[in-house]
Amino acid sequence: MADTILVVVEQREGKLNRVSWETLAGGQALAADTGWALEAAVVGSGVAGFAAEIAAKKISKVYAVESPKLEPYTPDAFSAALKQFLESRQPKLVLMPHTYQVRDFVPKLATAMGRTAISDCIGYKKDGAKLVFTRQMFQGKLAADVSFACDAPWFVTFQNGAFRGDKVEAGASAASVETVNVQIADGVVRNKPQEVFKEAKQAVDLTQAEIIVSIGRGIKEQKNIELAKQLAEALGGEIAASRPICDSGWLPMDRQIGSSGQTVAPKLYLALGISGAIQHIVGMKGSRTIVAINKDSEAPIFEIADYAVVGNLFDIVPPLTEEVKKAKAVG
Amino acid sequence: MKILVCMKQVPQKDAPLKLNESGTWIREDVSYEVNEPDAYALEEALRQKEKHGGEVVVITSGPARAQQVLREALAKGADRAIHLEDAAFVGLDALNTARAFAAAIKDEQFDLIFTGLQSDDYGYAQTGVVLAELLGWPHATIIMQIEKNEGGIRVKRELEAGFFQFVDMPLPAVLTIQSGINKLRYATLIGIKQAKNKPLRKVSMSEVQSALSANLQTIERLYVPQKTKQTQFLEGPASEVAKKLVDKLRNEVRVL
Repeated sequence: MADTILVVVEQREGKLNRVSWETLAGGQALAADTGWALEAAVVGSGVAGFAAEIAAKKISKVYAVESPKLEPYTPDAFSAALKQFLESRQPKLVLMPHTYQVRDFVPKLATAMGRTAISDCIGYKKDGAKLVFTRQMFQGKLAADVSFACDAPWFVTFQNGAFRGDKVEAGASAASVETVNVQIADGVVRNKPQEVFKEAKQAVDLTQAEIIVSIGRGIKEQKNIELAKQLAEALGGEIAASRPICDSGWLPMDRQIGSSGQTVAPKLYLALGISGAIQHIVGMKGSRTIVAINKDSEAPIFEIADYAVVGNLFDIVPPLTEEVKKAKAVG
Repeated sequence: MKILVCMKQVPQKDAPLKLNESGTWIREDVSYEVNEPDAYALEEALRQKEKHGGEVVVITSGPARAQQVLREALAKGADRAIHLEDAAFVGLDALNTARAFAAAIKDEQFDLIFTGLQSDDYGYAQTGVVLAELLGWPHATIIMQIEKNEGGIRVKRELEAGFFQFVDMPLPAVLTIQSGINKLRYATLIGIKQAKNKPLRKVSMSEVQSALSANLQTIERLYVPQKTKQTQFLEGPASEVAKKLVDKLRNEVRVL
């Protein structure tokens, strides 16, 4: 049997999680570089619709891995279902987005199969026949190329922003979809999850925002946040912050970007008065375009910025907001 | 409740790191500290013990320097410690680290095992979940609250995008703990004094070797990430910079 790359996509709240498209784009790139076939799987109960959505992309086959026991999500059920499925298909590579859900079951699944997962990767390299996966170490201060030293299937999870979701190639014709019903015995699922809920009423999903205006210690006082909010509003974006701002209670915790907050990859990330501590950078460096405004010319944020302004944000933000409004008015 | 807390010593957050000669790991001569989420895992274990009674045991692997993490935990109130002492433990992958821990505690009966949600060095976020699978126990990750109930425990999982979820689960279980679940305590002078007399069991590599295999994944190369971006610096008076930036956003970034 030819080698296969299998992408396991993630759905939540009736939508495919956006990072699934990124992983699929990564799968397409790997398929092109290795010549291996690309397939995808959606795991859950009643997921055929998602499978059809994936089948429109450039892919050889899509599986809907189904069992009523897969809803709601539990690590026991997902691990059991995928183990059964993977043992019957024997893919070479299994790719998944590095989401909280995937982190919850992949180490269990890989261990149950006597395999390992290279987690939270930001890319891959093909050196002759050798495939290595690049991941950040030491909070992003160093990078490592990691290879597998065991038999397939090889599990790899990709960080949010590792690939461009909008670069997924469409297929010439729809790929076939096969439903695979897996058997999960009684007693396998031990956890009893309750309803998912939001703590803060206005909780926002920054991972879905296309434009983010983010503030750091340079904003100095809580009342100054208004300046950043006006800019965000003019741009049609969301406001976010580095950890110290949220720890001070100036913005709610769900607006926090970074290793302990959300990981985002918007089209535009505008960093105001953010120095760029690694804990923050890991949460936003996948952004397509990064604009940094900071008065310290040595601030590490400039290392990853596409556009940089060395200056006082209080001087630059008000005229910037006005210019954005003007540009928008012209249309 | 008898709780085991898995802890790790990692380089200090702001410590400059130097690569070793083979370019596969960092040089040892840096300052170390306890992995931040592990400190919260310990604190949570101490709080659970204060509420329900029982025992808190801390475990780590690594060379002699790693004992510092255990000493600090004992000073804060842990009852005893287990040190898998060998520099070679540092290079183990998540599977082998979990296997080593499982082997070291095979004669113990814990109700709960806590780990931090991930380490600041490798950042794999796997060892706790792998350990649960090896032991055949249920697990839950990124935990922000733990309550005992009739059938076992109810935990609060942090999900993405501001969502949370309560999960009921039986004991024994493995939980990976999120930073910020509680407020950390400091060790007291009395605690530090008492820690000296608390039991610390050392486990050598040879005692657990039979449970281990060659690593299933290999770090081929460790390196300083290359700067891939060309940064355009916009200069001039504020009003001019604002105009220039909007022009870029419109014509190059195309978000306006």
